[in-house]
Parts: sequence; structure tokens; C-alpha cells
Amino acid sequence: MEAYLILKVLWWLLLGVLLMGLAIMVGMDMGVGTLLRYVGRTDTERRVALNIIGPHWDGNQVWFILGGGAIFAAFPLIYGTAFSGLYVVMLLLLWSMIVRPLGFEYRSKLPSAGWRNAWDWTLFISGFLPMVIYGAAIGNMFRGVPFHFSWDMTSYYTGSFISLFNPFAILTGLLSLSLSIYMGGAMLMGRSEGALYERARSAVAFGGGVAVVLFTIGGVWVANMQGYQIVTAPDPGTAQTPLQQTVTLADGAWLGNFRSHAILWLVPALGYAGMVLGVLAARTHKPTLAWWLGALAWIGVIGTAGTALFPFMMPSSSNPSQSLTVWNSISSELTLSWMTGWAIVFVPLILWYTSWAFYVMRGKVKGEAVEADDHAY
Amino acid sequence: MINDTVVELSRWQFAATALYHFLFVPLTLGLSFMLAAMETVYVTTGKKIYRDMTMFWGKLFLINFALGVATGLTMEFEFGTNWSFYSSFVGDIFGAPLAIEGLMAFFMESTFVGLMAFGWQRLSKGQHLIVTYLVALGSNLSALWILVANGFMQDPQGASFNPVTMRMELTNFAALIFSHDAQAKFVHTSIAGYVTAAIFVAGISAWYMLRGKHIELAKRSFRMAALFGVLATAGVITLGDALGFVGGNAQPSKLAAMEAMWQTEPAPAPFNVAAWPSQSEQRNTWALQIPYVLTPLLTHTLTKEVPGIQEIEAQAAQRIKNGIPAVEALKVLSSDPTNAQALAQFKAHEKDLGYGFLVKRYAANQDVSLATDADIAKAAKDTIPEVAAIFWTFRIMVALGLIMLAYFILAVIYTLRNNVQNQRWFLKIAPWMIPVPFLACETGWLVAELGRQPWTVYEMLPTWMSASSHSVGYMVFSLTGFVLLYSVFIAVEMYLMVKFIRQGPDEHPHAPAQPQTGSGGAYAPAGVMMKREEN
Ligand code: HDD
Ligand code: HEM
Ligand code: HEM
Repeated sequence: MEAYLILKVLWWLLLGVLLMGLAIMVGMDMGVGTLLRYVGRTDTERRVALNIIGPHWDGNQVWFILGGGAIFAAFPLIYGTAFSGLYVVMLLLLWSMIVRPLGFEYRSKLPSAGWRNAWDWTLFISGFLPMVIYGAAIGNMFRGVPFHFSWDMTSYYTGSFISLFNPFAILTGLLSLSLSIYMGGAMLMGRSEGALYERARSAVAFGGGVAVVLFTIGGVWVANMQGYQIVTAPDPGTAQTPLQQTVTLADGAWLGNFRSHAILWLVPALGYAGMVLGVLAARTHKPTLAWWLGALAWIGVIGTAGTALFPFMMPSSSNPSQSLTVWNSISSELTLSWMTGWAIVFVPLILWYTSWAFYVMRGKVKGEAVEADDHAY
Repeated sequence: MINDTVVELSRWQFAATALYHFLFVPLTLGLSFMLAAMETVYVTTGKKIYRDMTMFWGKLFLINFALGVATGLTMEFEFGTNWSFYSSFVGDIFGAPLAIEGLMAFFMESTFVGLMAFGWQRLSKGQHLIVTYLVALGSNLSALWILVANGFMQDPQGASFNPVTMRMELTNFAALIFSHDAQAKFVHTSIAGYVTAAIFVAGISAWYMLRGKHIELAKRSFRMAALFGVLATAGVITLGDALGFVGGNAQPSKLAAMEAMWQTEPAPAPFNVAAWPSQSEQRNTWALQIPYVLTPLLTHTLTKEVPGIQEIEAQAAQRIKNGIPAVEALKVLSSDPTNAQALAQFKAHEKDLGYGFLVKRYAANQDVSLATDADIAKAAKDTIPEVAAIFWTFRIMVALGLIMLAYFILAVIYTLRNNVQNQRWFLKIAPWMIPVPFLACETGWLVAELGRQPWTVYEMLPTWMSASSHSVGYMVFSLTGFVLLYSVFIAVEMYLMVKFIRQGPDEHPHAPAQPQTGSGGAYAPAGVMMKREEN
């Protein structure tokens, strides 16, 4: 039973790591997509921008796939409930993501300007939209989503599609977008020169500045909104379903974890430090440092959301007692143990060869070289 | 309540998107290994033509690969969006191989494919070769894990239902991944991918030879494809037989449908070469039979009986009756998890739980305790999949397999005698062979998936329960979106493929043959790029 409890918390943390990895790596590529038409005024400039992330976007995208896979395997009830409940939003996310591989691979295959422009807009949408939806989805978890279960654990979603775009969710959506612009800008700075570099630098300052403001407003908002609290529930270390607990709403409940463990305030502080110092690093022409500080900002922001919600993961606004928590939506002990084993072996390996791939492709990307190479994007 | 139309539309959507994904998958699986083979020859012999080959076929590989990735993302989402009950019911088991696939295979394949495309000038020859092998290995490992997942749906090993959490849970990880069905599916399917790539390369090479273009590259590519192809086709047939054997033991209803066997016949039973099955009359309107062949073919013995459809249906009715008390007990347990009497009742009937679910659909108010004999009879009829469709798709796959074997045998003979380029009739046929393996793969999946009906997880979870509780409008919305997007995708992809095939290999590659670590390619100072290589 102890072991099961530890595994539950461990997988909550691991999911957090994956969501951070996704935000950092995929968010960076999507930031480049969002910025493509801003930083790249000529075709060559755009190609340089694309070739900077060209060798890496597919590998990075696996963070996203693995995030989905980990929710499926470790929190099956959340995977089923969230993906079907947020149906239309999920489809918009999916559709904007599946045009992206084609955008990268096909854009520069033909010389026609119309063709390339069309793909540039596609890449813009597939950079901008998923990041807004990603942030908005996390924001909606604070507000709760209207769903409930029948006796056999069939989930029913009773809200409308539009209600998912409420003001708070839009705020978190924009926060996520601004951080992705920041990361995209930082990556472009590190690998480009001249006008492109300068525009990327201003994008970092813009993204970081906006993120600081939105994160602050979001914090005040959360402090004043109704949060969820468990009243009675089975022991966290036991196997259970969401049918066996009672939950109430209370003002400011989302700050409960911070109030009882003051050290947790370090998590949002980390986010602030990342954003503020990151902007400074960009101003003083230190792109690599700016990139790492941006990653730190993401860790702080997602960490803050997770800490506030814990142990809730997907609260139900229409039937709070059936809210999904770490304790009641997780996989069995055996599954978690096996997956832990696989993760211990493969995560370090992945980090190692991903770094190697970035190392191999290091250095500035040049316009003339891109135009001369027929393997380039 | 799940709406029947929603289930129907979810099935169509899954079938359409999965079959579409599988238009791109086989080529990725096979071509990645052929690229690795070509590059191996280049690295070991230093012959530049093999490097040109790797680069040319690599370009086509990447055009195809992009769509494999895009459509794969859809598959990953679709379980959650459209099959939410399924996902929470078996996610504990089914999610694990998918997550491991991400960790072990997708990361490797996707990270190294970037280096494969962009790393020609950055990596040493040996390093680049390793990268290419890792891409091939990664894509084939991804096939392994997804087929472990799919194998679980066909033959659920290593799991059982937990009444406390109301879902299926893993009980034995080794049993899950070493399931015979999964292993047999993996070898058959991945080798089907090698056949596909071989026919693709051979077909295009033949087209060049016919036009007298790029002869050197075409001849060598053709030879490689012919040798690779003949082995792969022989393999796919042998392993297809093994798959039928393994799958047949696990899923008697699929096997009976594949062979259109309505009644159990005394062994050794006759084999239907062709037949016109009628589902409503439960017999074949006509049949062309070879006596005695079926039993040894399917059971690899002369005496084992192969159960017929009517017998399977009768057994199903029994199991449904036995499953009803299990579902009733679950309902009690859901609000009172410690009720000992309900738990005992559940345990006694557990093995037929899935059959109990099956009749829920027809019972008044979906309350199984109200199920009548007529409801049970209907549910029992459901356990028989679409016989005619399965019977014929299976035969199409097998026939195409035999045609491809004949084709490759000829191809090998000609190429070893070194006179393919003179066999104009053969060169003319070759490009037309390209669609054949794709068709065989698609029909193969149809056999596998149609034959599993009415279950998503065989004998555990009926398809009709697996879907999400959406409105029809949502399903129409998503289906429309996919049809529009996917139509554009295929048009763009085919256009680029044909264009780059017509254009042919770059006769004057820009890049120097000797890689210079740290410079060159898109990342090189311009001066390096201008230096052209002698052919
Ligand atoms: C037998 C092989 C096979 C089968 C049955 C499937 N796939 Fe697939 N999949 C591949 C073999 C493959 C591949 C060859 O590995 C692909 C094709 C192109 C590629 O990038 O990898 C791929 C790509 C691919 C990707 C993109 C990976 C990336 O970004 O690199 C995802 C998310 C999936 N698949 C998911 C699925 C799901 C959820 C399936 C089940 C319904 C499925 N695939 C069936
Ligand atoms: C890529 C190769 C695959 C193809 C071409 C394919 C094909 C199909 C087809 C034709 C159907 C429709 C059957 C019907 O509803 O009548 C189907 C259903 C389904 N398949 Fe597969 N399948 C593939 C892989 C998989 C894999 C690997 C899984 C599991 C991971 C899977 C899970 C399902 C599910 C959940 C359904 C929906 C329920 C159902 O209708 O059976 N499929 N697939
Ligand atoms: C000629 C001999 C062949 C035999 C006896 C054979 C046998 C089978 C059987 C029995 C299945 C159903 C699996 C199940 O029970 O679920 C199957 C599926 C399949 N077949 Fe074949 N097959 C043959 C040729 C081919 C060829 C030539 C290809 C493609 C190039 C192919 C591709 C597939 C695919 C993709 C599947 C679905 C995946 C799976 O279930 O593994 N087959 N085959």
C-alpha cells in the first residue's frame, strides 16, 4: 500500500515532467512557427528559421506524443474523460498539429511563392493554435469541467464547446502562447545572424514581458477563485474510483497547498526568475542562457499549476464529488511499476541522444548554405 | 446511453483513419531497412552510386514519412476522443505498450530521422550509417509495440477485470508482451512492410530502365529490391500461415468466418477456395471446395476439429446467460465495493462478463436482469462477424501474396542473369505492381479487425460499449474534418511523389563525398557548398 502511494505520486511528478518537456521542446518549435512570418521577411530568412529547428522538430514532437501516451497508460480515466469531453477543442488541436509535419517537409519542395506562402500560414496556425489550446486546457482544470460518471464508469460531458473558452482559460492560453514565442525566439537567436537575430531578440523580450504580466494576473485570479477540496475519500494509497469521495468548493482553496507548505512558493518564484532573468539575458545577447532560463520559466509555471491543483487533476464542475484526482484516476500498481522500470532505462537514454543531436547540428544556419542544399527545408 | 449511430460513425472514422495511416506505414517500415542496406554497401565498398541511391530513395522516404507521422498523431488521439470508455476500461494494460512505444521507438526514430536528413555533412560515414540503422530499428520497434497493443485486443493475455476499480488491469506483463498473437502479428506485418518497399523500389527502377534513364542506379536498386523482395514475400506467406494458426486458436469465430465454415465438419474438413456466404441463411450459396485440405491447413494436424459458426453461436448463447449475473453483481459492487455476496457472485461468473455486456445492448433499459431469450439470441448472433467480407478480403490478400511471390521469383531470375533491362514486358508490369502490396496490407487489416467484431477486446469488451458518449453532430463534424484534410493530404503527397520520381536522382549532387565534420550542408560556409563533385 505504501509502495502504491509512492508510485502514484511519482507518476504525477513524471507526468509533470513530460508536460514540461512538451511545453519546452514542442513549444519552442511552435514559437518558431508563430514567429515565422514576423522574423522571416524574405523566403531565405524563413527557410533559415525553418532549418534551425528542421532536424529537431520531429524528435521534439515525441514529447507531445509521450505526454498523451503517459496519460493513457498512467491515468486512463483522465485520458478517456478529458479527450472525449473536450472533443471539439481536441480536434482543433489535433488538426492544427497534423498539418505541421507536412508544412516542414513539403514547404520548400516546390519553388512557387503561392505554395510556400500557403505552407507558411499553415505553419503559423499549427504553431499558434496548439499552444493556446494547451494553456487553455490547463486553465480549465482550475475552473472544473462539467462531466460525471454512470455506475459503470462511462463518462458524460454536459458542457458546451464555447464554455471552454472562458476568460480564465483564454488568459492561460495566452500565457502559454507567450512563453512559446519566447522559446522560439531564444532558439532562433542562438542559431541565426543579422536581421533575423534582431527580430528574434525582440520576440523574446515581448514574449517574456507579456508572460510576466499574464502570470501575475493569473495568480491573483486563482487566489480569488473557488477551488476544490476533498472532504472524505478512501485512503490515497488504495485502489478506488471517483464514485467514493465527497468534494466541496471553497474560496481560495487552490492556495491551500501553498499555505500549508510555505516552501512551495519557491515554485512560482522559479517561474518569475526564469522569465525576468531570461529577458535580461536576451537583451545582453546571451541566447543559450535565455533558452535555459525560458525552460526554467516553463518549469515554474507548470509546476505552479500542478502544485495548486494537487491532488486534483480534472475537477468536475457539475458533480464535484466525482472529480478526478491523482488517487482515483491512476493505473494499477503493477502497471505503474513496469512503466517506472521502462522510464528509468529510457528517459536518460533519450536525453542523451537528444543532446547529441543538438550538438551535432550546432552553429549558425546561413542563408546561402540553405539555398544550396537540396536536402534542406 | 451510447447512441448506435455514434458507435457506427466512430467505427467508420477509426477504420478510415487507421487504414489511411497504414497507407504510409508499410513503406516506412521497409524502405528504412532498404536505405540502411544501400548505405551499408556504400560505406563498405565506397562506391558513390550507393550513396546517390541512399539519398534519392531517402528523399522519397521522407515525403512518405511526413504523412506517416501526421496520420499517426490522429491514431494516438482517437482512442481518447472517440473510444473513451474503451480507453478507461483497458488503458491500464493497453496504454503501457503505447507509452513504451513512445519511449523506446518514436523518440529514436524521430530524433535520428532528423540527423539522417540533415546530417550528411556533419557526421562521419560510419556515424551516418548508424543513424540510418537507428531510424530503421526505431520504426520497426514502433510496429512491435503497437502490435503488442493490438494483439491484446485480439487475444487479451495477462490481464483481468478488477471489480474495485471497474476496469481491466494488468496481471502479467510478460504474458502481455509475449502473447503469441502479438508476436505473430508483428513478424507478419513488419515483413509485409518490407515487401511493400521492395515492390516500390523495383517498380520505380523498372520505370527508369524502360525509359533508359538513370540506368546504373535503377539496375542496382532493382537488384537489391528483387533479392529483398523474394525473401520478404516468402517470409510474409510463411508467417501469414503461422498467424492464421495462432490467431485461429485464439479467435475461433474469426477463423470460421475466414473459411466460411457454417457447420463443424468431421476432420479432415474440406477447404473453400471460393464461396458465396449468406449471413442470414447461415450457409454458402455455392462453394468451390477441395476435400480434406482445411484441417491440415489450419490446425497442422489431420484430426483436430475446426468449430463451425453455428456451434460457436450456440456456445455464445450459453456464455451470455452465464455472464448476466456477473454484470448484475458489478452494479451492486459499484456503489458498495465490499459487498461479499456480490463479490462471490461476480467471481463465479467472471469469465463470461464480456458476454453479459454483449446482451446489455438489447435488454430493456440496458438492464441485463431484464434480458429476454430473444435478446440473448440477438446478442449471440452478434458474435458472428461479417462472414462474406472476411472470407473475401482474406482471399484477396492471399492471392495478392502469391502473385507477388511469382513476380519476385521472375525478378530475381532476370536480375541475376543481368538482363532485366531487356525484358520490356516485365518492366512495363513492374510499376503497376506498386499498389498491390498496399492493397494486401489494407485487406489484411480488414480481416484482422472485421474478424474481431463484435468485440474491441476479444470476449471482454463489446465494440458498442467502447465508444464515447457523444452526440451524432460531433461525430459528423469530426468525420467531415478528417475527410477534407486527408483528401488534401493524399493529393499533395501523390503530387510530390510523382514529381520527384519523374525528376529522378540528382545526377550532380552538391555535397562532397568526403564528409567534413562540423561543416557543410545547410550549415556550411558558402564556399564549401560550391565545390562540385566529379561523378
Ligand atoms: C505495424 C505498424 C504500425 C501500426 C499498426 C500503427 N503504426 Fe503508427 N507508426 C508506425 C507504425 C505503425 C511507423 C512506421 O513507425 C510510423 C509511420 C511513419 C512514422 O513516423 O512512424 C508511425 C507513426 C505514428 C505516430 C507518429 C510518430 C512520430 O511523430 O514520429 C503516432 C503517434 C502513431 N504512429 C500512433 C499509432 C497508433 C495510436 C496506432 C494504432 C491505432 C498506430 N500508430 C498504428
Ligand atoms: C494501422 C493499422 C490498422 C488498420 C488499418 C486497422 C483497421 C481497422 C478497421 C478496418 C476497423 C473497423 C472495424 C469495424 O469497425 O468494422 C478497425 C477498428 C478498430 N481498430 Fe483497428 N486497425 C489498425 C490498427 C489498429 C491497432 C494497432 C489498434 C490498437 C491499437 C486498433 C484498434 C481498433 C479499434 C479500437 C477499433 C474500433 C472498434 C472497432 O470497430 O473494432 N486498430 N481498425
Ligand atoms: C499469402 C499468404 C498470406 C497469408 C496466409 C496471410 C495470413 C494472414 C492472416 C491469417 C491475417 C489475420 C490476422 C488475424 O487473425 O488477426 C493476416 C493479416 C494481415 N496480413 Fe496477411 N497473409 C498473407 C499475405 C499477406 C501479404 C502479401 C501482405 C502484405 C504485403 C499481408 C499483410 C497483412 C496485414 C498488414 C495484416 C493485418 C495485421 C495483422 O493482423 O497482423 N499479408 N494475414
